[in-house]
Amino acid sequence: MSDGELPSRAETVIIGAGIVGNSLAYHLAKQGRDDILLTDKGPLPDPGGSTGHASNFLMPVEHSKEMTHLTRRSIEQYDDMDTFTNSGGIEVARTDERMDELERRVQSAKSWGEAGRLLTVEEIEEMVPYVNTDIIKGGFYSEGAGTCDPLRAGEVMRARADDAMDGGLTLSPNTEVLDLHVENGAIQAVETDRGTVEAGEVVIAAGLWSPKIAEMAGVEIPLTPAVHQMVSVGPISFFEDYEGEISFPVVRDMDTQMYERQHGNDLEVGSYQHRPILWDVEDIPSIDEAPLSPTQPPLTDDAFEQSMADALEIVPELLDDPEAGIRHEIDGLLSVTPDGMPLLGPLQDVEGLWSCAAVWIKEAPAIGEAVAQWMTRGWSDIDLHGSDINRFYEYGTSREFVKNRAHEGFQKIYGIVHPAEQWQSSRPLRTSPFYDRQDALDARFFEAAGWERPQWFESNEDLLERYADELEGLKRPNEWDSRWWSPIILAEHLHMRDNVAMVGDMGFGKFDFVGSDVVDYMERMVVGRTDVDVGKTVYTPVLAENGGFVSDLTIARLGDEQYRVITGGAAAGGDRAWFSGHIGADEDVTLIDRSESLCTLGVWGSDARAVVDSVAEEDMSHEAFPPYTAQEVTIGEVDCWAMRLSYVGERGWEIYTSMGQGQRLWDIIAEAGEEHDIRPVGMGVYGTTGRMEKGYRLYGHELELEYTPAEAGLTFHGVKDADFVGKEAYAEALEEDNAATLCTLSVDDHTSSDGERRFMLGNEPVLNKDGDVIVDEEGRESYVTSAGTGPSVGKHLLMAYLPPEYADEGQGLHVEYMGEQYPVTVEVVGSEPLFDPENERIRS
Amino acid sequence: MNVLACIKRVPNTGAKIVLTDDNQRIDTSNLGFTMSPHEECAVEEAIQQVESHGGQTHVLTLGPEEATEQLRTALAMRVDEATLLETDGEEWGPRATASAIATAIRDLPDEDTEFDLLLFGNESADMANYQVGVRVAAELDLPCVTGIKSLEVEDGVATAKREISGGEEVYEIDLPAVVAVKEGINEPRYASMRAKMQARRQEVANLEPDRAVAPGTFEKIRLEAPEADDSDAEVLGEGADAVPEIVELLESEVEVL
Amino acid sequence: MILGLVEHESGVPEETSLEALTMARELAAGEETELGAVVFGEEGGALEGELGPYGVEEIYHVTHDRLDGYAPAAWGESITQLVSELGVSTVAAPGTDRGHEVLAHAGAALDAPMATDCIAVDVVDEGETYELRRHRWGGSLVEHARLEGETKLVTAAEHEYPIEEAASTTEPTVSEFTPSLDDAHLRVRVERVETADEEGIPLGEARVVVGGGRGVGGPEDYDKLEELADLLGGTVGASRAAINEGWRPHDDQIGLTGAQISPDIYIACGISGAVQHMVGCKGADTILAINTDSEAAIVQKADYAVIGDLHEVVPELTEAIRETT
Repeated sequence: MSDGELPSRAETVIIGAGIVGNSLAYHLAKQGRDDILLTDKGPLPDPGGSTGHASNFLMPVEHSKEMTHLTRRSIEQYDDMDTFTNSGGIEVARTDERMDELERRVQSAKSWGEAGRLLTVEEIEEMVPYVNTDIIKGGFYSEGAGTCDPLRAGEVMRARADDAMDGGLTLSPNTEVLDLHVENGAIQAVETDRGTVEAGEVVIAAGLWSPKIAEMAGVEIPLTPAVHQMVSVGPISFFEDYEGEISFPVVRDMDTQMYERQHGNDLEVGSYQHRPILWDVEDIPSIDEAPLSPTQPPLTDDAFEQSMADALEIVPELLDDPEAGIRHEIDGLLSVTPDGMPLLGPLQDVEGLWSCAAVWIKEAPAIGEAVAQWMTRGWSDIDLHGSDINRFYEYGTSREFVKNRAHEGFQKIYGIVHPAEQWQSSRPLRTSPFYDRQDALDARFFEAAGWERPQWFESNEDLLERYADELEGLKRPNEWDSRWWSPIILAEHLHMRDNVAMVGDMGFGKFDFVGSDVVDYMERMVVGRTDVDVGKTVYTPVLAENGGFVSDLTIARLGDEQYRVITGGAAAGGDRAWFSGHIGADEDVTLIDRSESLCTLGVWGSDARAVVDSVAEEDMSHEAFPPYTAQEVTIGEVDCWAMRLSYVGERGWEIYTSMGQGQRLWDIIAEAGEEHDIRPVGMGVYGTTGRMEKGYRLYGHELELEYTPAEAGLTFHGVKDADFVGKEAYAEALEEDNAATLCTLSVDDHTSSDGERRFMLGNEPVLNKDGDVIVDEEGRESYVTSAGTGPSVGKHLLMAYLPPEYADEGQGLHVEYMGEQYPVTVEVVGSEPLFDPENERIRS
Repeated sequence: MNVLACIKRVPNTGAKIVLTDDNQRIDTSNLGFTMSPHEECAVEEAIQQVESHGGQTHVLTLGPEEATEQLRTALAMRVDEATLLETDGEEWGPRATASAIATAIRDLPDEDTEFDLLLFGNESADMANYQVGVRVAAELDLPCVTGIKSLEVEDGVATAKREISGGEEVYEIDLPAVVAVKEGINEPRYASMRAKMQARRQEVANLEPDRAVAPGTFEKIRLEAPEADDSDAEVLGEGADAVPEIVELLESEVEVL
Repeated sequence: MILGLVEHESGVPEETSLEALTMARELAAGEETELGAVVFGEEGGALEGELGPYGVEEIYHVTHDRLDGYAPAAWGESITQLVSELGVSTVAAPGTDRGHEVLAHAGAALDAPMATDCIAVDVVDEGETYELRRHRWGGSLVEHARLEGETKLVTAAEHEYPIEEAASTTEPTVSEFTPSLDDAHLRVRVERVETADEEGIPLGEARVVVGGGRGVGGPEDYDKLEELADLLGGTVGASRAAINEGWRPHDDQIGLTGAQISPDIYIACGISGAVQHMVGCKGADTILAINTDSEAAIVQKADYAVIGDLHEVVPELTEAIRETT
């Protein structure tokens, strides 16, 4: 490990030597990088960022699989470095509502393969004798939880990195980055107050200073520093008999959004209940100016008042120890993002520039590892799609947006957050030309990638009556199950099947590719054969080299040297980065992003042709416009381009036009459809009910890096001759027996022990007859990847990957939901639709 | 025994102090405030003395309304009563400060709560004038000693000790008296959480002091922040070879041998 | 006249007093007046031969039959009377405990302004006004200020004024001065001097602290630090990392959530210098770091450093100190 003079060049420059930068250095070295400069504005081992003031505990069980797996993997790493103490952790409940939430915690623990169980008050008393059990109803015990020493871990990682590279690690503390040099869209060099270093690649791992560094390259990292208040109370005589750092489980007092944990003979008391206190990065003092550290400004007393009262209530004996006082109190600054997830991945507008920001102690080692894998081989063992910084490409990076969402999200950190819960602030932000019409029809808008999309229309309430019989038994009596949901979705679905519906805009990513090399390029990118006739469309997986899913999308050939790629809105930014990142330096391929210029209106249902044909200049007959093809059409006065396909399994088209003509298109279709009682229907139909009946997969749910097309039942392309990314692994997976296969299941009995009918929402564990979570031979738990009602089949449907011994049609299993087990049956193994298995509706 | 501790609100600075653009004061926009370290010990000493001898503790400061925060810190340490001599935030010189404090001390107590011991910090962290305590003592005609790092009271007599090279000077003073203490006399306690919470609701007396005008003036023109010495440590040597240099340091520089 | 307070040890002036005297002489030159010195104590007269090089023309040796040791109010009163009797315009004193204290007493009696810890004083308006610079925040800030008054009191910040001899040596005469003192001036006096008892001192009050961090490697090696601390009359402390390892009891922790120390010297052994730790030892006058890593934060923040393994350095140091004492 060398330090001293800055080198004039380094293959990799990591900006930020907190736990994230150290982990990156180590894992990049392990992945084969051999010339890394690790630099930080502050000194080592504690450069003054969030790493230096965290309370350093890791509670692995979260509702997010990604975060749970990252935390689990981080624990393994801390442990391997001898910097982890397995104290266990308890989340206590003061309310019945929270007890339900803790049931859901158990559910998530099982789904993600983490130990977790409920505790009685007596058990809690036994484990943590200082908790005031009079005010709690029970708890959730996370056996795997514990505490770490991130500063020490950083030292170990630096040493290991240096070993792995035979001295290839250069450390440069006390070095401030002044500028990033970008030329021809690629990173060239890092300019510091100690000199300029040419760099092949640069990672911004500067914690809450990351946005400032990114700005130097003209790109944005949307995070804000936010205060997490923490005090340390000691010396507490009760702890005197216990040696070392921690002998009792960390306690999270969930309903007050606080935690209490032993640290030596202190008790650390932290809070997320106070009003959100957001900082501007410019206001953060320098290391020299800060009395403690830049990220430890003084405690805002008035904001902490209620926290003190709550802490005194839950651990009165310790806090009232006559010898003990508040020895340390801070407004600890940490990074908060618009959706609470980290910001990882390539900053696609500057080649060679990466973000590894908004990472907390609990997930940092694993994220360093995963991002290092991503950088060096294009994919990571743990799927990071929820953390991909490109989810905020083109929207959501303004300071105002970040602050509003961080403000709103702060309350969710320990909150009870419904899986479908919608953000309220900074809306509407992205609206399609249909928005005003939809709003007038009392649409209930949900947001996806910033786009306002109707989930259902209150104006369709009349359909409930019409379909009362069909909906019998599918309505959700439980408040939680029906939160952010409406039975109108089911009625809209049935109306679409029986008549006709219009859906849009979906917020798709729309990328056109042109150039003389575009045919070869496109073949290389995807599993399906794309050198097809002009006018054909191809639905295909996009894979990483491991054969796992990067995306799934539709490609239409527009011309000899022109393709259009249509992909889901949430994945659009990431897909754009993936596709543009794979354009070779000498390849004549240009990506034209049309996401903001085109809108999409789906017209589907039995009467779809009648409606569209009546206003189209062209012949829309089955023969003239066959399924899975695309054509330019003119609808009324509006120039459009349409694809005949459907994610809801219906006859009809996705019709594209310019945003400017979108409203006119809407009006024409609506008017033409009047005699067929055309209804606008929401994304509830498009994204859930319609696709579930059809067995259609959704990226980020069924489709992830951790699963292959073989397992997902998407093998219809076979293995084409052309080479493509992931081909080898893909072909191998086709040869082998699946470790698990994606199945569609239905719920046999919804009745809970108290007689209420309950409806799963997704992410629940799938259990065998013995009540054990099913795990495949690769160690992956079976859990519900998607849940949704299929009104046309009259069942509540679930998708789950099941190992071969359970992947049998008719096989009975159980799903655990809110602490109870419900019988389910495997309906379909693989991708055959439950509704209209021959796809007659699409093909006619 | 009734003990008064006088404190001052000062910014809690880092290694580098940043000034406002007009160089008139410290830029405190990102700083917290605290009481001067010596005064924190004065408060602790007041509490300890009353714990041993009974009586009341009282804390007093002269400063802006915000200085209530520091009074509350003292209350949270379990001082009984607090008084703010509220100013408009201007810096008061030592003479005006001493005069205002002396007046308040004369007026504050009713007959049976005369202060037996008036504790000051040896000097404030920000101004370091070393004279407020002495001037207050003179105005009240009380005996006074400064620079004290050990204090014991018995039978109305305070035994106070001041560190000198190689030992301690011992003073014996009849109470009531003014004593200015130095950091190290005790370890100030940390406020308990409950006390801190209660202190936020405790009453703080608020008086408006008169700003005395004295002959002669001491007037600040501006402040200057000299380049901080952020150089690395002087390396005495490597390994055991450096031992003679360490011995020399301990002998001559630090004088602990 | 400008009067300098000179402290001395058996007739040998203290360095800090000579610093103050240098400042006083500059003031005397600026005001074109003479420089006097005031001395206390039985051996004060012996300074006759010491102060000539510094341009002192008159030494006022204060004696009083009730004044046999240091008594702050009495010293202050003596100076007050000298000021009145001699028409002194300015009294300069060293920025020591006594210098500050005595001048504060004089300032109170004279109702005169006093500027402490000066690092430069310029005479303007023929002595009506001084423009000066003085330390604030322990020297982190410099205040530019104006001092005006019939009588002005100034102290010289310790070790800031280089001691300079006068261009021509004077031959000061010694005048005995007997102030008139009453009981009130003698209420406070040094009763006796004790040697400090340094056994079992709590960390927060220790003059010497030897701290051990993760670099110590285990609980048993703290013996080496104990030995060194004992020898220096000090106390052993530890970093949070070491406490977390269970190597030392919780009470030994130095840092934000442990003891805040303010010793004359802190010897930090095998401690990296995390913020949490440094906050606890910022009150130390001098920090000596013994660390194998020259880039460790503590090496940057310490005053002195030895780059090396504490397991070698500390025992050798202990041995060397044994031999010295």
